[in-house]
Amino acid sequence: MNLSKKLQIELFNTMLTIRRFEERLFKEFYSGTITGFVHSYIGEEAIATGVIAHLTKEDRIVSHHRGHGHCIAKGADMRRMMAEIHGKKTGYCKGKGGSMHIADFSIGMLGADGIVGAGLPIATGAAIAAQLEKKGKIAAVFFGDGACQEGEFHEALNLASLWKLPILFVCENNGWGVNTSVGESFGAKEITRLPNAFHIKHDTVDGNDVERVYWAAGEAVTRLRKGNGPFFLECKTYRWHKHFLSDALPDLRPKKEIEAWKKKCPVKAYEKKLLKRKVLSPSRIKSMDDRILKKIEEAHAFALASPLPKPQDALQDIYSK
Amino acid sequence: MRKITYEQAATEAIQEEFRKNPRTVHMSTDLPVDLQKEFGSDRVRVTPIAENNFVGASIGLAGSGFRTVANIRMATFGFVALDQMMNHAAKITYMFGGQASFPILYRMTVGAGFQGAAEHSISPYSMYMNVPGLKIILPTTPYDVKGLLKTALRDNNPVVSFEHFLLGQTTGEVPEKEYFIPFGKADIKRKGTDVTVVALAKMVHEALLVAEELAPKGISVEVVDPRTLIPLDKGTILRSVRKTGRLVVVDEACQTCSAAAEIIAFSTADKTVFNKLKSAPVRVCGLDIPIPFSPPMEAFALPDKKKIAKAIMAVMKGE
Repeated sequence: MNLSKKLQIELFNTMLTIRRFEERLFKEFYSGTITGFVHSYIGEEAIATGVIAHLTKEDRIVSHHRGHGHCIAKGADMRRMMAEIHGKKTGYCKGKGGSMHIADFSIGMLGADGIVGAGLPIATGAAIAAQLEKKGKIAAVFFGDGACQEGEFHEALNLASLWKLPILFVCENNGWGVNTSVGESFGAKEITRLPNAFHIKHDTVDGNDVERVYWAAGEAVTRLRKGNGPFFLECKTYRWHKHFLSDALPDLRPKKEIEAWKKKCPVKAYEKKLLKRKVLSPSRIKSMDDRILKKIEEAHAFALASPLPKPQDALQDIYSK
Repeated sequence: MRKITYEQAATEAIQEEFRKNPRTVHMSTDLPVDLQKEFGSDRVRVTPIAENNFVGASIGLAGSGFRTVANIRMATFGFVALDQMMNHAAKITYMFGGQASFPILYRMTVGAGFQGAAEHSISPYSMYMNVPGLKIILPTTPYDVKGLLKTALRDNNPVVSFEHFLLGQTTGEVPEKEYFIPFGKADIKRKGTDVTVVALAKMVHEALLVAEELAPKGISVEVVDPRTLIPLDKGTILRSVRKTGRLVVVDEACQTCSAAAEIIAFSTADKTVFNKLKSAPVRVCGLDIPIPFSPPMEAFALPDKKKIAKAIMAVMKGE
């Protein structure tokens, strides 16, 4: 079965948007406009795109430090994202969160957490809520291979299994935790041995192939909506850049490995496929790209034109009313 | 008026609020029999022994529009959940720019004096005071625990209720009629004119006993129970010390960087209080040691009536 033309174009559009957004951040970071920690999602775009394509605004997701892609795929406003990353008052968190902590509760994006593994317990709570609401909603949590080393990962899998929670665990296995490889840090070797141990259905796919991710996530989400318990989707992928953008942080990963993965670019690969299938023409791609770049330019201009918070704004929002 | 136990009063508060609001969930590692019987196992859930998970799940529930009570049992187990408590529960309202509320009640017992040894005895509220974003309550009587938990269950923030282990089975008068005790309102548990004793948790009761014993000797002790540490009713404490000119702070938590230290710091930093002080304020706190098991050593580590009386006499003589 093939995906509809419309859907193929949508998937490509989302991936390309994430790519262009992250490229712009890269440029702005190294020109000094953005400060702090910016974790680039370049290379992993197919995962957020393929999974979130199955979710509605009522489904809730929890993301992590490398979370811009999840926000864009879930439908977040790039202007408010860009403003947040620039520390502006008009940002999603009024400048209090920055790149690592973008949230938009109105679209079911429950926020990005900067502590590795911490999103998993929080997402089990969102899944309990979905289970209690009995409307076939689900929760999805994105995390890396590094999170699988944390105790919170094991606790969340245990709870999800026991309570048959409608939660989709999406492991973005990019092989590296900062500069430490999975091989050096994960005793079980194969990550899916863990969900297997907890009797959680699982699948492993090429995380750089958006359609494979889409199909696997689709099966998982259908299962989840029926209340058949949690699902674990491991997506094998790679991040092109260092752990976070930085002049000081070394990149100890083998250069050959990085280059090999760049050749498996998820955006380029899908573009090639869609050209071959004649779903898109080169000129159509060009106009899509121009439209995306224009939107990003607008988002950037919005961020630049937005006011910085007042120092005293730091005293607001400590508590809810 | 009827008398019920502290724990019964706490349970009543939860029952009343759970009846009014169906979007409420209770999680704990031990089965709360009465609650589960009334509200069912969907809403009253027994969790695996995974504190970090259910403290975190409470956040996810809150972010999805549910109110959660998470009973962690002992504060020492609460340390297992510090990632979710400190990095997330305390911060996300702020970090996400106030776009969502996180109505959660975390309950845990504190204190020593029951030969629990170091890993079951501690009063770590000042640690929590140091991570802004949480509200912190310290109910000391059945009346207070019901009224404060009722307020906590209507508050739209994470509230941590530290309840002294040895108070659970104490009894006291609790009205049948619904009532709330606002946060940030200290309770003067005994009026007096010579010395202000600000006491925390179980030490409120010890201080009241000492006050009673000193009355015939002509020493009039005012016992102030702050009841909530965040927010803290500084006004009542300052007014009391301005009146008496003498301050003793009693708490069984370790002295270093304690709530007691904070109370003395803001009191003496207030010029109008400072100018009225007749003697230097004194802290009667737990020793800065892990709580030992054997009774004589454990008693040595903790404040008691004798130590409180001695401190009161010292500030009286300071004149």
